[in-house]
Amino acid sequence: MSDILTVSGLEKTFGSVVAARDINVAVPVGQTIGIIGANGAGKTTFVNMITGHLTPSKGKIKFEGQDITGRTSRDITRLGIARSFQVAQVFPSLTVFENMCAAAAIARDGGGLIRAAAASLRSARTLEETEAALTQFGIARFRDMRASTLPQGVRKLLDIAMATAGGPRVLLLDEPTSGISLEEKFGIMDVIMGALKGRGTTVLFVEHDMDVVQRFADRVLAFYDGTVIADGPPAEALADERVREFITGAVLHRTKPTANGGTGHAQG
Amino acid sequence: MGAALSLAAVALAAIAAPFLPLWIVSLVTISIATGLVVVGLIILWRAGLVPFGQALFFATGAYAVALSSRYLGLKDAFLLVIIAAIAAGFVAWVVGFLLARYREIFFAMLSLALSMILYGVLVKSETLGSTDGINVSSATFLGFAPRGQAYTLAVFWLALGLAVAAAVFVSRYLSSVAGSLAIPIRDNEIRVEYLGISVTRLVHLKLVIAGTLAGVGGAVAALTIAHVDPAMAYWTTSGGFVFVTILAGAASVPAAFVGALVFEIIRTASVAILPGGWQLILGSVLLLTILFVPEGLGSLVVRKRGADKAKGETA
Repeated sequence: MSDILTVSGLEKTFGSVVAARDINVAVPVGQTIGIIGANGAGKTTFVNMITGHLTPSKGKIKFEGQDITGRTSRDITRLGIARSFQVAQVFPSLTVFENMCAAAAIARDGGGLIRAAAASLRSARTLEETEAALTQFGIARFRDMRASTLPQGVRKLLDIAMATAGGPRVLLLDEPTSGISLEEKFGIMDVIMGALKGRGTTVLFVEHDMDVVQRFADRVLAFYDGTVIADGPPAEALADERVREFITGAVLHRTKPTANGGTGHAQG
Repeated sequence: MGAALSLAAVALAAIAAPFLPLWIVSLVTISIATGLVVVGLIILWRAGLVPFGQALFFATGAYAVALSSRYLGLKDAFLLVIIAAIAAGFVAWVVGFLLARYREIFFAMLSLALSMILYGVLVKSETLGSTDGINVSSATFLGFAPRGQAYTLAVFWLALGLAVAAAVFVSRYLSSVAGSLAIPIRDNEIRVEYLGISVTRLVHLKLVIAGTLAGVGGAVAALTIAHVDPAMAYWTTSGGFVFVTILAGAASVPAAFVGALVFEIIRTASVAILPGGWQLILGSVLLLTILFVPEGLGSLVVRKRGADKAKGETA
């Protein structure tokens, strides 16, 4: 089977608020998918359900044929689905090197508690992987800086680099370029996609910038009001009438804050 | 270098013990008992967890020794220490299911509450000796039954051996994947979970290790004092452990034992100098520690070593 991830009839309600409804998506191995939609359209809820942060109210999520609906985020990570966060989730008191080392060590030896207590944090393999990841993501020169002192872009790259520890087959990136200046967005995405190239990782990224989506996505999922209103190659999906009406139009005005904060928060 | 220095100090203590006044040997043995508890507290402390009720496990270990000796007729010191370790580790494992879900002040106070429940049980139960406690008859050491001065020395050497074993074990644990995740747990639990390891289970493991070590400390205390009583579970005992942890700091493992020794010396000296007012002196020492050495005595050594290395690579 070539679909690595399939989502069927997915729904999430918070009381009377419907955050996601009737989402059906099949993701082939190796595809890069851009997820677009206005604030509150259900993008993050979708990501949170796949990664186990939220339990769907209805529907099924299958990863490599296995039903993962409602599993814990930890289990799902172990199975091979990793994520980054809208607000970078790193360890602020540790240096970049120590952050990456912790991530690599958990991926390598964190499967069982006994093993985690017996294995050295700085095993040769872990150190090797740490160095490689820092180089691939272009953050090696920040290695001795504490994560709390990093510029936003570097912190985001560190967050994503940490998520890729252990070689996940599916990677979900929640707004990888948010909070980053327009000029830097492409650069950051180039680094991320460059680092993932050759790994065959299937990538789903939430993005507000349509130029970024057009350049990096093979396929676009457009969310509106909790469901997918367009699904196809970027040129096609972005040309969709409803997408233009509800999303790209909305994106142009995204500086205006929207009242709806009802989608789940990654930083929980 | 730290390890070599510590081993030299241990060897010196072991050799010098027979030539020292007995009260000093006893004082050092008691310090080691406290140090064993504190070395476990370091593990929790690094993850930002401060239990105000670690005496729960200390008392469990001590009572395991007293009860095994009294009711089961077990006399071998090694066996009694193992029983104490298992008993305290088991209690830590059971209460860990609850404690591991809490953080900060809730963790601290819940741990305190559990220790006070044990205190209440010990005080109320005749079988467990009630307020008088239980006398612990002299233990044997693999068939040897030393008496008098030789017994004090035997317990001291046993304690010293346990201290070395605990220090080596804790040092290894702290450099392991699970052990080194203390700061990540304190910093960002979500990230830890999303890297694929359970924070709750990691904290639970830390509780079991710290509880087991506290039980061993309790066993040493029971053997050297030859008596156990409910005060061992009282919150002031837990407070003493936290005091020593602040004094020693979490930076260095051997510092736990040095800190415990300093604590016992201060306490003994205070009682002699200012009977009835020793809390005044102890309180002042704590105040000065927090003001001038907030990261504890161990940080002085670690800081120096860090400066020597010139490169600030801390683990």
